Amino acid sequence: MQIAHFTERPVRYVPEEPVLENRAFFGISNKYVDRQKSADDYNFYLDEACYCEEVGFDAVALNEHHGNPFCSGNVVNVEAAILARITTKVKIVIIGNMLPGVKHPLRVAEELATIDTISRGRLVSGWVRGAGSEQFFNNANPTYNREMFNEAHQFIIDCWTKEGPWRYEGKHFHYRHVNPWVMPYQEPYPQQWIPGVLSPETVLWCAEKQYPYLGLGTALGPTCDLWDMYADKSAELGYQAGPENFGYLLPVFCSDTDEKAFEIGKGFIFGGGQNAFSRPEHTLPPGYNSKAAIRMLASQPGGSWLGVSKAKLMASQEDAWDSAAFDSLKAKLIKGYEKVQENMQVVVGSPETVTKKICDILEVIRPGVFTVFAVQGNVSDKDRLNSVKLLGEQVLPAVREFADKQELTGPFDREPGLVKLAPGTKRAPVVNRDALEKLNLP
Amino acid sequence: MATWKEETINIAGAELTVIRGGKGKPLFICHDEMGYTGWMKWNEALSKSRELIIPLQPGFGKSPRQDWMWRHRDLANYYLNVIREMGLDKPDVLGFSAGGYIAAEMAAASPEILGSLTLVGPMGIKPDEGEIAEMFAVTVNTYLRLSVHDQNCEEYGQMYGGEMSPEQFELFEDARAESARIGWEPYMFNPSLPDLLRSAANTKLPTLLVRGEQDEVIPQDCIRRYQEALPQANAVSISNAGHRCEVENSGEFISAVQNFLS
Repeated sequence: MQIAHFTERPVRYVPEEPVLENRAFFGISNKYVDRQKSADDYNFYLDEACYCEEVGFDAVALNEHHGNPFCSGNVVNVEAAILARITTKVKIVIIGNMLPGVKHPLRVAEELATIDTISRGRLVSGWVRGAGSEQFFNNANPTYNREMFNEAHQFIIDCWTKEGPWRYEGKHFHYRHVNPWVMPYQEPYPQQWIPGVLSPETVLWCAEKQYPYLGLGTALGPTCDLWDMYADKSAELGYQAGPENFGYLLPVFCSDTDEKAFEIGKGFIFGGGQNAFSRPEHTLPPGYNSKAAIRMLASQPGGSWLGVSKAKLMASQEDAWDSAAFDSLKAKLIKGYEKVQENMQVVVGSPETVTKKICDILEVIRPGVFTVFAVQGNVSDKDRLNSVKLLGEQVLPAVREFADKQELTGPFDREPGLVKLAPGTKRAPVVNRDALEKLNLP
Repeated sequence: MATWKEETINIAGAELTVIRGGKGKPLFICHDEMGYTGWMKWNEALSKSRELIIPLQPGFGKSPRQDWMWRHRDLANYYLNVIREMGLDKPDVLGFSAGGYIAAEMAAASPEILGSLTLVGPMGIKPDEGEIAEMFAVTVNTYLRLSVHDQNCEEYGQMYGGEMSPEQFELFEDARAESARIGWEPYMFNPSLPDLLRSAANTKLPTLLVRGEQDEVIPQDCIRRYQEALPQANAVSISNAGHRCEVENSGEFISAVQNFLS
């Protein structure tokens, strides 16, 4: 198993009230940017990554978002390039570069090859479509999102494998002289891990490419369903999917006692947490989702996707903010915080509590990559580093031992797609549904 | 009531669903960016002396999307081929909002095959003052509400009131997606259009520019810029009406258009 530490690098000085008032992180005015505190945050997060390496994480994972204090990473490759130089052992996992938003795949190919070269082959290159709000921020036409993603991805693979110079004339990208003079250190190119939030199209695409799929804190039941879908597709393509094909990212916060962890872990719901990433009209720009997904949303009045329902989409933004609602809203968020812990979608507690819950989850979904998603909100340097320390010194060794017993092979232990399956052979299970049932989740 | 019918034909290389109703000289109508809203009072009035031909824009749910159309200009050229292949003799063209943008592109490309041009709250040219309202970063309801001055207007209720059916929800999403596909960037305008319209200025194509006085989608400056490009154009302002002046003050709208067309 490979164990990674991930953080959104939240902007820790942003006040909560404007986030709640805006009903989302995306769209808050950058008038709140504090240049001094911003410098403190950026430098702290780089130091925190080094500390993760020191205490025994196999990898540090990072991402980027835009126009959004939920995540201070705006240009992920810049931070990854620094980590390439200041760390020595850990894999640097980018989850990921948003290909349609960047709109310049040749530049991305060069940047990533540079990071891989400086780190002497420690890059894992993930790709994402970008959140809905990112399409607005980058003025990327949402109706071409998936087309641009596919085209840019294939173009980058070609950049890393074809001898130049060559000319490229695609649908969305054009280059008359492709001949990058930096190539990935790893031959032919770094592993590619793809994060996702339950989009079946992405899961099937990963299975076709034999790329590990990373579930981003998705509920355990639906995660099992999607991993079965991946494994069925793999079997169809002639290979047995295993733990090396799957990763899971889970919000985790560790402190000396359960009570303390519960208190500080409330950072996960700061400003409304993940569900307040962006408002519905920014989460689902026109044409960003497939027709099938829109039809599903239209015909299921109670259904929702990423916290967006038809009712929310149909609402207008005319309701005024009532500051008296602040307290009741906070109370609602606390209830939600308790609920996601019952569902095991957020794990906070002492090292013993956290270890037990993580192992329970691993037994069900059997991933080869486990990623800790560090706490959000205005949590101090000291509390964040203490969590990293407790995880590294007490939780990780126990989790590794459990993973070894369960034979949870990571993608660096066994190459995804290596275990071939003869046509017509029944595939082996990839999840443990009995274990899921035993958890008795609400 | 005038008779109108919906038919799907194969024309100019694509399948196209068209609403046709009324009798007389053809009036080719380009609906707006949220899709065709049904046969309203103004359709009924104009159809007394005209045959209304209303293509349902490709990609808006009924007529299939045509991938080769990248821009409103491509769609305009497709519609010009529809006019040619239907054998219409100098039809008058009427376009609403983004449909006005399409109609203006048609006039810029082939003014000689058109009888006249009526643009109602037209997008297509970037105003120097103000902005064309954002339709993609807001919910459907927010945009619809922005399109009228008075939400209690009778025909607005008929078009957009009440609980939305799954079919209507899907049609709106189709319309928004296709409008985004061809109009995302530059946002609902073509920087070349003022210069391209020189052809329609040279041929003195009779042109009417219409805008609701309280239009919050299209700034008055869009009208000024169209007039600059088409000096022969007349402009009228419809009182007590927003962007959808044809439903908010249909009386004034109908007489302005009828006067112009006669």
